[in-house]
Amino acid sequence: MADQPGTRFDRVPANPVDRAHEDQPTRREVLSFFFDRYGIDRSVFGEYTFWERGKGKIWAFRGTAPTPIAVEGLGLTLLRTGGRHWKPTTNAIQTFGFHATRNVIELREAAARAYWAGEDQEIEWDGDWGYLVVSCRLHEKPTALGVGLYINGELRSVVPKSRQRDVLVLDRDD
Amino acid sequence: MHPADRYAELVEDPTAFRNACDRPLPSVVRVNTLRATPRDVINVLEASDVRVTQRDWSPNVLEVSTDEPGNSWPYVLGWMHGQEEVSQVPAIVLDPQPGDRILDMAAAPGGKATQLAARQDGDGLVVANDVNLGRLASLRTNGERLGITNLAVTRQDGRVFSVGPFDFEQFDRVLVDAPCSGEGTIRKNPDVQEGVSEGSREHLATLQEGLLRRAVELTVPSGVVVYGTCTFAPEENEAVVSRILATEDCTIERADLALEHRPGVTRWQGSEFDPRVERAQRFYPHETDSGGFFCAKLRVGA
Repeated sequence: MADQPGTRFDRVPANPVDRAHEDQPTRREVLSFFFDRYGIDRSVFGEYTFWERGKGKIWAFRGTAPTPIAVEGLGLTLLRTGGRHWKPTTNAIQTFGFHATRNVIELREAAARAYWAGEDQEIEWDGDWGYLVVSCRLHEKPTALGVGLYINGELRSVVPKSRQRDVLVLDRDD
Repeated sequence: MHPADRYAELVEDPTAFRNACDRPLPSVVRVNTLRATPRDVINVLEASDVRVTQRDWSPNVLEVSTDEPGNSWPYVLGWMHGQEEVSQVPAIVLDPQPGDRILDMAAAPGGKATQLAARQDGDGLVVANDVNLGRLASLRTNGERLGITNLAVTRQDGRVFSVGPFDFEQFDRVLVDAPCSGEGTIRKNPDVQEGVSEGSREHLATLQEGLLRRAVELTVPSGVVVYGTCTFAPEENEAVVSRILATEDCTIERADLALEHRPGVTRWQGSEFDPRVERAQRFYPHETDSGGFFCAKLRVGA
């Protein structure tokens, strides 16, 4: 089982010279991405190591482990670095998005429900385009819901299809 | 044979036992304390017209007035996980501490492994193992949705589990939530009524013993192993624990738990078990309005 492709995790290196392939990000680059784009302080990830499983799929694991390691999962999927624009995962934003101070778009609950159902919405936003943290106050609790792609006046839901739902209405908050 | 008939002699009120077995289970969730407090979950569910009752023995166990808790914000945000009341027991009995290395030997679909990680406040290591590739997918999905970052998922036969991938030799605590005949889940799976053959029960008991034996071997001196099943069958519970007590360097301890339970049974159908298995815990549907469960806490020799 250990030698099957897809079970190998390589630790994201501290130094560029230790990269497993030329597109592999370094730890510093991952930390810089979350800080530069979302204002998430580097110290938030202080106890985490980053791992790559398959090119461009970065995981965050609280703790350390020998590298490479052959397991079925190691922490949480964090980030896709394959494309031109790096994309944090929904689960990563639900876990770390609370710390975001930039590129956070706050939705009212009705719009948040539409977002979670997978709908794209015309919404005004005068910040950067690209992947945003989508947040909402749920019964006064500020909550990072996931990732949205803002382009040209529209917030596109990138909630994974398998996660999309018609969530029960929060009556009292609207 | 209907479980209520097979096990009637083990309970004080066989009629209440049978009636409870035939009622559907209440819908129960566990608060994922890594993401939210019980109060957060209750507030948002109640604002969605879901009635919530907090169970006395644990603030994180909530009974909810919907069969589809998955269609609510607290679910999609990983604030809670659908997990039957008694299935929340073994992780509480294992009592993981921050920093501990923990193995959940038969972990899929991950309710207990994610509960263990939450009880450590995400600090430590939970290795969630399962041999079944299909079930591993649901384990990973649940780990992700609940934001468990100290979870490593492995796929091995627990009876010969190897720490090979890791840089340590033993675990501080191991949970064996063993595959079983599942008669305690009758309120959820009425098919269980048909029962299992004596042959497959024997096969299960051999498997359970193999898992528990390996768990004891993998645990540090003075470490804890919790053995649990969702069946009432003494052959799969006290008999298995009894054989391990006889052959491995470990003892059994009484667990401190506020949920109503009965002691382990020391004799069944002509067999006598190690009298110490009386320290194990049996949970019955008519006493806790839950599924059935068996739980034993073993302390490995120093």
